[in-house]
Amino acid sequence: MTALSEKRSQQRSQQQSQQQSEQQPGHLNASARAGSSPGRTDAAGGSDRSAAEAAAATGPDGTAPGPEAPVLSVRDLRITDRAGDREIVHGVGFELTPGKAVGIVGESGSGKTLTCRAALGILPPHVEVSGGSVHIAGTDIADLTPRQWTALRGSTVSAVFQDPASYLNPSIRVGAQIAEVVRVKTGRGRREARRRGLDLLRAVHLRDPELVYSQYPFELSGGMLQRVLIAAAIAAGPRVLIADEATTALDVTVQAEILDLLADLREQTGLALVVVSHDLAVIAQVCDEVLVMRQGEVVEHGPTAQVLHDPRHEYTRLLVAEHEQYGLDRFRAPEEETR
Amino acid sequence: MTHPGSAPRADGPEPQDTRRDDPSPARPVLAITGLDVHYGLRRRRRKVLHDVTLSVAPGETVGIVGETGSGKSTLARAVLGLVRASAGTVTVAGEDVTGHSEAKWRRLRRRGTVQYVFQDPLRSLDPDLTVADSLAEPLLLRGVPRGEALARIRPLLERVRLPGELLDRLPGEISGGQRQRVAVARALVTEPELVILDEPVSALDSANRVQVLQILKELRTTGVAIVLISHDLGSVAGIADRIAVLYRGELVETGTARDVIRRPRHPYTRLLVSSAPTLHTAPADRAERAALRAALTT
Repeated sequence: MTALSEKRSQQRSQQQSQQQSEQQPGHLNASARAGSSPGRTDAAGGSDRSAAEAAAATGPDGTAPGPEAPVLSVRDLRITDRAGDREIVHGVGFELTPGKAVGIVGESGSGKTLTCRAALGILPPHVEVSGGSVHIAGTDIADLTPRQWTALRGSTVSAVFQDPASYLNPSIRVGAQIAEVVRVKTGRGRREARRRGLDLLRAVHLRDPELVYSQYPFELSGGMLQRVLIAAAIAAGPRVLIADEATTALDVTVQAEILDLLADLREQTGLALVVVSHDLAVIAQVCDEVLVMRQGEVVEHGPTAQVLHDPRHEYTRLLVAEHEQYGLDRFRAPEEETR
Repeated sequence: MTHPGSAPRADGPEPQDTRRDDPSPARPVLAITGLDVHYGLRRRRRKVLHDVTLSVAPGETVGIVGETGSGKSTLARAVLGLVRASAGTVTVAGEDVTGHSEAKWRRLRRRGTVQYVFQDPLRSLDPDLTVADSLAEPLLLRGVPRGEALARIRPLLERVRLPGELLDRLPGEISGGQRQRVAVARALVTEPELVILDEPVSALDSANRVQVLQILKELRTTGVAIVLISHDLGSVAGIADRIAVLYRGELVETGTARDVIRRPRHPYTRLLVSSAPTLHTAPADRAERAALRAALTT
């Protein structure tokens, strides 16, 4: 996140924490309700089990996580739009340990982006967490002050979104914007920040880091901008990176390049990923575990291979059929070998 | 046999004659030969299409696949007379249209032999006309009585699986997926020989994408030829008979969908196939893609 968006989200989280403290009673009610949630169908087994494991690993007070403790743990998260007084996310839960990747797939309006924004503390005005919990590296985000949020964002949890150009200042060179993140987040001096900035551009496989460093956003293609954003997002060495439709607007070959980069980072640095997409195949490429969301509910949740092999929900079947009937998959299936 | 317009292939393990080309001996509905298109003037003049040769047989579905800036849309625009060719010929339904005047183009377009569907149907449908008026317009222009025109558009609506009550709505009052299906129906009103669709499903979500692809697949039985332009090999793979791969203004590979996907020859095609998100990907693909990218940049 750039310093600007950082500032913006800080303001938002201030609003949010005020709203949350006002909403304490509702919060408790929703948690109580959560126990008898009718929302989940096929997913119930998988996510409840992992939630229990996480609770065991983290301890009831959520402190002192072990080395393999979840870096992000979302439990029965409920999100309510106070303007319309209706719940829009009805109980999402997953655990993310270092070096793992979880995918959230669903159509627009299914609540996948709100789930991510809740984990970043940047829910839109009037929208708030009304039940369940989110723990980031063992810390319950409900208790965070704005100052603590600022410390957490970028250095523990970070994010990239669909339209990279809108997260960069068009009139400032790319390098200066990355160096700013490095200076603010890691407290390095200017010269050090420049060196680190160039290293980051190299790390995201930009071909000519020196050149890109001195360029303006409009001089870069969408794929290059997204890599710059990823460089900024990993500048402070976060443990979780949320990629929300980060490759949706890109050409297929560039999309694969970005997904490969995320997979590399995951292997090399132990970065944990949350990948949000409307395309199940994108998730299949990167994630070990997948949640299928529809209209605010998790309709299916399990290991990716299992969900792909044996989709239970009608909507998941449609997502699988799109690829199997019309995509490349039918040419790659083994039975096609005999002509 | 390789297509005349495709680059010479390196000898692969497969015998060359497994590639079926121009399967029908009938008069092609579209024949493009040695097409060059330039944009810009003098010093800024640059070639966007180079020596493109492609033909589409009646009833055939051809996918044209390429990245942003590869010249896909320019190729479609050249077929429609919206950009001028600097070399080569374009023949539509037996008529050489390369040097056509504006008046001749207008006549050809009014006949409706070739139709075009854009990515964004909001931009191709008149926002002030109801669905019924949009669909009936080409028939009314030809002097078909209104009653008969309305009767003729009903079955088209069924073909694109839209309910009759949508006829009285404006484009702004129906969903994006429905709008795209209206645009497809409108393209079919004049009973064209060829429909060119430029990224018809890119802006749609999974459910609508499946539906539009299904509709296009069914259209093949009506004998209309379809040219499907997309950056995504995945969205043309399931319905195209043949696939042509456009890379930096050149057709680098043309062949049956199966051959292009299973035995891609050009490095770009290989990268394209390897990059298409599929449900079952091998981890080894990542290294392969990295190698192909390196090969393409040198």
